[in-house]
Amino acid sequence: MFVTGKGGVGKTTVAYALGLAAARSGKRAIVCEIASQERGASLFERAPIGDEETRIAKGLWALSVDPAKMVREYLHTHMPVRAMAELLHRSRLFTYLAAATPGLAEMVTMGKVWELTTNPRKSPGKSRAYDVVIIDAPATGHGVALLKTPRTFREIARAGPLANQAGRIEKTLIDHETTGVVIVARPEEMAVNESIGLEETLLDAPGGGFAVDRIYANGLFPDRLAGEEAKIRQLAEVTGDGPAGAALAAAMAEIARRGAQEAQLERLRAAVAAPVSELPYLFAPRIHRKQLDALAGEIE
Amino acid sequence: MSRSIERILADTSICIVVGSGGVGKTTTSAAIAAGMAVRGHRVAVLTIDPAKRLADSLGLDDLDNAEVQVDPALFTATGADPGEGELWASMLDAKATFDELIERHAPDEESRDRILGNRIYGQISGALAGSQEYMAMEKLYEIHERGDYDLLILDTPPSRNALDFLDAPKRIVQFVDGRSLRMFIKPAGFAGRIASRGTSIVFSTLGRLTGVDLLRDLSEFFTAMSGLVDGFRERAERVQGLLSAEGTEFLIVCGPAGEPIEEAGYLREKLEDLDLPLGAVVVNRIHEGGEGASRAETTKALIGAGASKDLAGRIVTSFADRNALAERDEENIDRLSGEIGDAPLIRVPEQSDEVHDLAGLLGLGSHLFGEE
Repeated sequence: MFVTGKGGVGKTTVAYALGLAAARSGKRAIVCEIASQERGASLFERAPIGDEETRIAKGLWALSVDPAKMVREYLHTHMPVRAMAELLHRSRLFTYLAAATPGLAEMVTMGKVWELTTNPRKSPGKSRAYDVVIIDAPATGHGVALLKTPRTFREIARAGPLANQAGRIEKTLIDHETTGVVIVARPEEMAVNESIGLEETLLDAPGGGFAVDRIYANGLFPDRLAGEEAKIRQLAEVTGDGPAGAALAAAMAEIARRGAQEAQLERLRAAVAAPVSELPYLFAPRIHRKQLDALAGEIE
Repeated sequence: MSRSIERILADTSICIVVGSGGVGKTTTSAAIAAGMAVRGHRVAVLTIDPAKRLADSLGLDDLDNAEVQVDPALFTATGADPGEGELWASMLDAKATFDELIERHAPDEESRDRILGNRIYGQISGALAGSQEYMAMEKLYEIHERGDYDLLILDTPPSRNALDFLDAPKRIVQFVDGRSLRMFIKPAGFAGRIASRGTSIVFSTLGRLTGVDLLRDLSEFFTAMSGLVDGFRERAERVQGLLSAEGTEFLIVCGPAGEPIEEAGYLREKLEDLDLPLGAVVVNRIHEGGEGASRAETTKALIGAGASKDLAGRIVTSFADRNALAERDEENIDRLSGEIGDAPLIRVPEQSDEVHDLAGLLGLGSHLFGEE
């Protein structure tokens, strides 16, 4: 499951909430942050997760993948002789070549993530595949590029074990039964536009489209004051600048905000093929486990 | 220090707007550009992906790599008088800019076509990490060289890391240079003789992983690029120089929540490390709380004014939620102002509706430009 969307819409939060929701339903789930600043660590109030699969909740693991480091790890797991892998990695020439090969690091990253779903696991000491692998992918453009990496790589490399692996991963990615993209949006104009464009790009990707499972409209204001606009206006006239004035102004602002969000939500629903689910705005100053659990509840 | 953007940008010819994704960089860039234009400056804003509704309302639906002027009649329609001021906008097409760059530096048509037709080039010109960032700067440099404007505003591309932008020239030069690669990869090299045993191990191993086709394409690409490298490098150095040139200011844009604030603090540190001038920090979408009476008092006043107990309860809860956000924002902003030293911090409160026309941009300007 790939989670992507416009920058700043709450992709990582939604990715972990999806992970918790999967874990609650009895699945073994893992969230992989790609090239991130490890937001999972602060969400779960724990030390940085790093590149080891780490259990962070019942049924939920996390992993932070840095594409820049992945090539080295790949060499270590795929070269028969360790010393040779080390030699290769230290070679300046190799470093240049690896950096110059478009998509090599991303390709190896996808390989790493893909491995988490294989049964039996290829990595030593890892016995079971995860039921659900959630990839907290980079924002829209970079996220799509990551999804397309195996195809791109297969096209430019054409042959060799990596190209073969790319072919296998690509098959998994375009198999709508196994892989789906989740788009996170906000009910705001720019994020809605970007999500509409993103769905189109994913569905129409040349060489086989990706499945878009769901779009989450994140950060929807509550409708607790729905239908009270006239009454509130009237109250404001009565109270003026009195003690309730500021509260009533805030109430009007909330109604206006919710109204604008609903209009954007409607526009999103009309323009996309995937189902759109709403996620509430979180008023908590910081998002931690409690808020994530609440979001996971909404997702279920 | 003055908190007016106009004063901050008084001696500025280039303003580079940085910040993480989703904090309102594009809108802020456009609002500054529009505000400077109504104050009589000739301004161009170079943007990446403006909101469609905003672009449409400015008559910029066909934005492309060249700048387009916003119709002065739109300014007059809002009641503003830009005088000598002009607003121009351009949208970056990274691939087209890269192609132009290759055309400019290629020694002859043959090498130009060899590069433009190379499969590796096709991949990197669209997707190489940092190529979009570099092309934004390249475009900025090109427009700056023409000298048509008093002020250029660059809305930097969304990237994984807002600072990818700052070392984009260095990285692109390192990449196209590929000197160490060229020493080894001669098109005939694979079949023919290879320099040393170490090299041959590297090649055969990499070839085994990636296939020989890829290595051959890489080799062709770097060989074709070799004629351009010097011109390219020299240009990139001048482009990089623009960042620290007299008359360039950086503007950090962020949101008021914890992570965007931390990101802004980090960006500021990074600018300082690189000795780049920070003009101001703009904090967008600040929640404004209200000085209110206590919960009980407010409820009483509401009920006294005719609200039902239930409605009063909902209003009070909504107010408390908002005030909690306002309080959090205030704490975050305090922390940030402690970190940014002398640089002014400009506050932009959350807007009830999104900015989608010139009037909206100029309205935002009242926060950015302050009361003069």
